[in-house]
Amino acid sequence: MTGLTIHELGAAYRRGETTPTQVVAAYLARIERLDARVGAYLTVTREAALRAAAAADARHRAGTPLGPLDGVPLAVKDVLCTRGVRTTCGSKILERFVPPYDATAVERLAAAGAVLLGKTNMDEFAMGSSTEHSAFRPTKNPWDLARVPGGSSGGSAAAVAGDLAAGAFGTDTGGSVRQPAAFCGVVGLKPTYGRVSRYGLVAFASSLDQIGPLGQDVRDAALLLGAVAGHDPRDATSVDAPVPDYAAALDGGVRGLRVGVPREYFIEGMDPEVGRAVREAVETLRGLGATVEDVSLPTTDYGIAVYYVIAPAEASSNLARYDGVKYGLRVGGAKDLIEMSSRTRAAGFGAEVKRRIMLGTYALSAGYHDAYYGRAQKVRTLVRRDFARAFERVDLLVGPTTPNVAFRLGEKEDPLAMYLNDVFTVPTSLAGLPAVSVRCGFSAAGLPIGLQLIGRAFDEPTILRAAHAYERATSWLARRPSLA
Amino acid sequence: MISRDDVVQVARLARLELSEAELERMRRQLDGILAYIDQLKALDVAGVEPTSHAVPLTNVMREDEAAPCWPQEEMLANAPDRAGELFRVPRIIED
Repeated sequence: MTGLTIHELGAAYRRGETTPTQVVAAYLARIERLDARVGAYLTVTREAALRAAAAADARHRAGTPLGPLDGVPLAVKDVLCTRGVRTTCGSKILERFVPPYDATAVERLAAAGAVLLGKTNMDEFAMGSSTEHSAFRPTKNPWDLARVPGGSSGGSAAAVAGDLAAGAFGTDTGGSVRQPAAFCGVVGLKPTYGRVSRYGLVAFASSLDQIGPLGQDVRDAALLLGAVAGHDPRDATSVDAPVPDYAAALDGGVRGLRVGVPREYFIEGMDPEVGRAVREAVETLRGLGATVEDVSLPTTDYGIAVYYVIAPAEASSNLARYDGVKYGLRVGGAKDLIEMSSRTRAAGFGAEVKRRIMLGTYALSAGYHDAYYGRAQKVRTLVRRDFARAFERVDLLVGPTTPNVAFRLGEKEDPLAMYLNDVFTVPTSLAGLPAVSVRCGFSAAGLPIGLQLIGRAFDEPTILRAAHAYERATSWLARRPSLA
Repeated sequence: MISRDDVVQVARLARLELSEAELERMRRQLDGILAYIDQLKALDVAGVEPTSHAVPLTNVMREDEAAPCWPQEEMLANAPDRAGELFRVPRIIED
């Protein structure tokens, strides 16, 4: 009963072969049996899930389902506010925070009939690439429990890969949906900045954060995106543009599409197995009728440096709100307000969050603002120009999602080594462009490899169409992790 | 190179109490990250406009209409400490 894609599940419901309650109960049982080993969830919303499933049963019985997600069990990263359900952001400082409202994305999923199974583990405040920075516990990669699932949306990616949810949502600021999708061998999409409302998404870096789906295949990702995309007056940065039918746009193939391969995305020091798998994927697209061109994105190398100024700067401002006054942890016994906040933040934040707050505060402080933040914003313009130039010649870009496959827990202790994992995902985030990661092979050790397809702003249909054509032409999805 | 005094000052601005051991570790790690970031200085950015936001949106306007606000009790429900309808904090003004 678990392991069906969302579109297969929808078909099974329509034919009356199974019911949302049966499927949701099967997922809950599987979570109960296996999640102690995987650690994908921080909170499982069992009772509410069964109630929502019963309501979906009734709609399906009456022949009036709300759409393709009605009765589909999903997991949501614990950085999206859920009314009445604890939302921790993977942090001690919000360990007991219960939001009084739903994020817009959560509200839209509920309106589409989706069933929330629970909230998934993550690097604290979405800062990290391994989910080891969760204040509660690390998540393990279902393909090899000694390895990380990636991050920061590691819980969501592991939930989908381990059949602990039919689909999931994460958030991506510099690669936090795509990198775990690559490490866990699922499909992960970062939409164009502004495509999905950030209302109720606990802010990390507001000019970069986007909510994105993780699915078992490209069609599932398209269905999930369609349910949450669109303008929301409660997020002034959400763009008022029509939402295409992403699932309907999947067919048509890649014949005539111009695919650019950025030469800077094949670097010294990257895993040769990753490079080989990605080059083979490019050949597959060529074989399907796409034309392939070499392109150059010369500022790629500077992306991480730009990102680690801008994201911490925005984070230092966004996280100022955790001062122990209105919600979250408070450390008592302080003599004044400043001491109370300083002690609360010292006790409530983990090492990575403190590091980024410090870095961001430094980059914005008097005397350093122009040298760091000002300069990083200008280089961000150069990164955008790289993409704009490339997209004059090609319709999409294709390259690796990450330079390596999933690494071992504890392997990257040096913060900078961890940051460099995002070298191919960060530039797209800086430019606000959509990008999707799909499985394109396995390492000799049996770990999935991710292919990244990058599109023009708001051109999710083209990257999804190409990803779908690639997925249909290959058989990588047949392999599944053996969690039991 | 970032000094220990810099780290103390930034921690004060960021409202983070750091232990002696944390201060030194933070100094060393920030130093490494800032050295990496310094590669941005190699680029010529003369005349380049800064990007603060990837989507060109400015001054998003809406009608100024009254709308219901969140119930006070729900907003206070997460308060670490409260006094009636207020958030309570340590005294900030001397008698």
